[in-house]
Amino acid sequence: MLLQIKNLKKYFDLGDGRIVHAVDDISLTIAENEVLGLVGESGSGKSTFGKTIVGLLDKTAGEVIYQGESLPHNYRAADFKRCRGKMQMIFQDPFTALNPRLTVGEIIAEPLRLSDNLSAREEKQRVVFWLEKVGLSQDHLGRYPHEFSGGQRQRVGIARALIMEPELVICDEPISALDVSVQAQIINLLIELKKSMSLTMVFIAHDLTMVRFISDRVAVMYLGSLVEEGPAAQVFDKPLHPYTKALIASKPEPDPRIEQKRQHHLIKGDIPSPINPPAGCRFAGRCSQVIQRCHHENPDRIKAAPGHYVNCHLY
Amino acid sequence: MTPQALKISHLVVEFSTYGGIVQAVRGVDIEVEKGETLAVVGESGCGKSVTLQAIMGLLPTPPGRIVAGSAKLMGQELIGLPTAKLNTLRGVKIGMIFQDPMTSLNPTMKIGDQIAETLIVHRGLTKSLAHIEAVRLLELTRIPEPAKRAAQYPFEFSGGMLQRVMIALSLACSPDVLIADEPTTALDVTIQNQVLELMREIQQQTGMAIILITHDLGVVARMANTVAVMYAGQVVESGTVDEIFHHSAHPYTLGLKDAIPSNSQNKDTRLIAIDGSPPDLFNPPAGCSYYARCPHAMALCQTRPAPMTPVSTDHYARCWLQHPKAPLVQGLYQPQTGIDSKTNIHPRS
Repeated sequence: MLLQIKNLKKYFDLGDGRIVHAVDDISLTIAENEVLGLVGESGSGKSTFGKTIVGLLDKTAGEVIYQGESLPHNYRAADFKRCRGKMQMIFQDPFTALNPRLTVGEIIAEPLRLSDNLSAREEKQRVVFWLEKVGLSQDHLGRYPHEFSGGQRQRVGIARALIMEPELVICDEPISALDVSVQAQIINLLIELKKSMSLTMVFIAHDLTMVRFISDRVAVMYLGSLVEEGPAAQVFDKPLHPYTKALIASKPEPDPRIEQKRQHHLIKGDIPSPINPPAGCRFAGRCSQVIQRCHHENPDRIKAAPGHYVNCHLY
Repeated sequence: MTPQALKISHLVVEFSTYGGIVQAVRGVDIEVEKGETLAVVGESGCGKSVTLQAIMGLLPTPPGRIVAGSAKLMGQELIGLPTAKLNTLRGVKIGMIFQDPMTSLNPTMKIGDQIAETLIVHRGLTKSLAHIEAVRLLELTRIPEPAKRAAQYPFEFSGGMLQRVMIALSLACSPDVLIADEPTTALDVTIQNQVLELMREIQQQTGMAIILITHDLGVVARMANTVAVMYAGQVVESGTVDEIFHHSAHPYTLGLKDAIPSNSQNKDTRLIAIDGSPPDLFNPPAGCSYYARCPHAMALCQTRPAPMTPVSTDHYARCWLQHPKAPLVQGLYQPQTGIDSKTNIHPRS
């Protein structure tokens, strides 16, 4: 196990007695070299989960164990310095994730400057190496982010994350701000880098098609908790949890012959507020198969098949 | 013959900037029939939004300028219409929904008041009647507790709920045409599903035409009757949804389809990405605008723009590969009936 997450909680106290349960008691393990897809609607806590793992947010409770070492609850400068070479993050919006006042060369070199004492020449060599590795060229070194397209900026973001040669990369919606034709380029690049660097990846996205394609395993989040987890093909082909079923059934297929024949089962309502969420199953209010028990008893994690888990009273 | 709900012909739009003139829309022809849905597909910067903003009179002028073309709404010309006239048409005959409902609504005004305002201005209702109608419209878009919701502000609504409000607003005057610019891009799939279903139901009730601007081929497959694929300011392929998906006749359409992994594909296979990026519209290429990215380009494509060629009934593609002498490309629909065969073509070495 590369990463073990035990009962992780991240609450935000709004200060007036209201508490946002963004991540509520999540346990998960990630094996070395694995791609874990994390899906769920906006507001389900996917990004908060990712940020809490890498230490960008303090943990409210629970543990993150990296190769046997329990990481601190709140990171100090020294902790960041120590973990920087292990875990990195790629962000969703390549337009806001890059400092507009730095050149691309400076942006990619920044993590190096914070940790290693490289000579200017060595540093430039490394930066150029990574620029080329992500499909850009030396000519781009002195340019500013605004001179690049969305796809190129995301390549810069990837180079900045990977220049530290981390073992684990958390990709937080890395393609959702990009055009379809460019998405495939970035996905191909990520897969290539994953293979050549033996990376372990957490791929957070709401695009189910891409998650299915890139992931070995998939975890489905709903309102701060996990509802289902298993091998990607199994979760997509034989979803167990009513929420996973609804999510997959909502995804329109890019084929009019399939779409026009299909019955659209609508899932009712919106995702409820994570502020002081109700007791029992979080999905009970929208679930079509809800039973009495769901309203007051939180379902346990049940093993439905080897490696396939579901949190639901129906199983 | 009854006129099309909306028919845009040969529309040309330019923007004057410090860097020169951007030829954003370069001769676009689009039409949609009453009761039908046309999907306009293409990547950012291809001119899909500009085309529809231009005909609605929403283009900032300057820098924008409609150079040529016509747009007829139920037979009535829109281009060149004075602003006051256009203002009455907008909202009454054409409704519009934008991508981000949060920025399309006034954050300091109650939802009910915003809908009522439209009704007072366009339908001449009294204030109290307008409020009753506003609540009815909210109810029509399946907003729970519409009366209570009407008294709330936009920040109290979720994204999906706000998009319903936008739909309610645009339906206030039962328009002939609804232009929806990426209406579900900011929404989650489950909510997207609800909003699309709602649009379709209302279309069935009112018979309005919908122009759906999107880049999501799943949404296109689900909603569209006809499709126009745009690239670099031009329509490169148009036809019925089935023809576009199952008889793709332009390499760009094929590329968009291939870029999405199929359900059986896993990551040991590479996705077929479209390399490079769209051309610079300050200085559009002399030949086919897709030449630089096209895996099947021929020498001819670099210098001579391809004509819009019929491939089957109501199905056109702007591609030299539709020439009878062009080489066959795997996956591409080439009935080889179009374009005069006198043009000499040579495959690119």
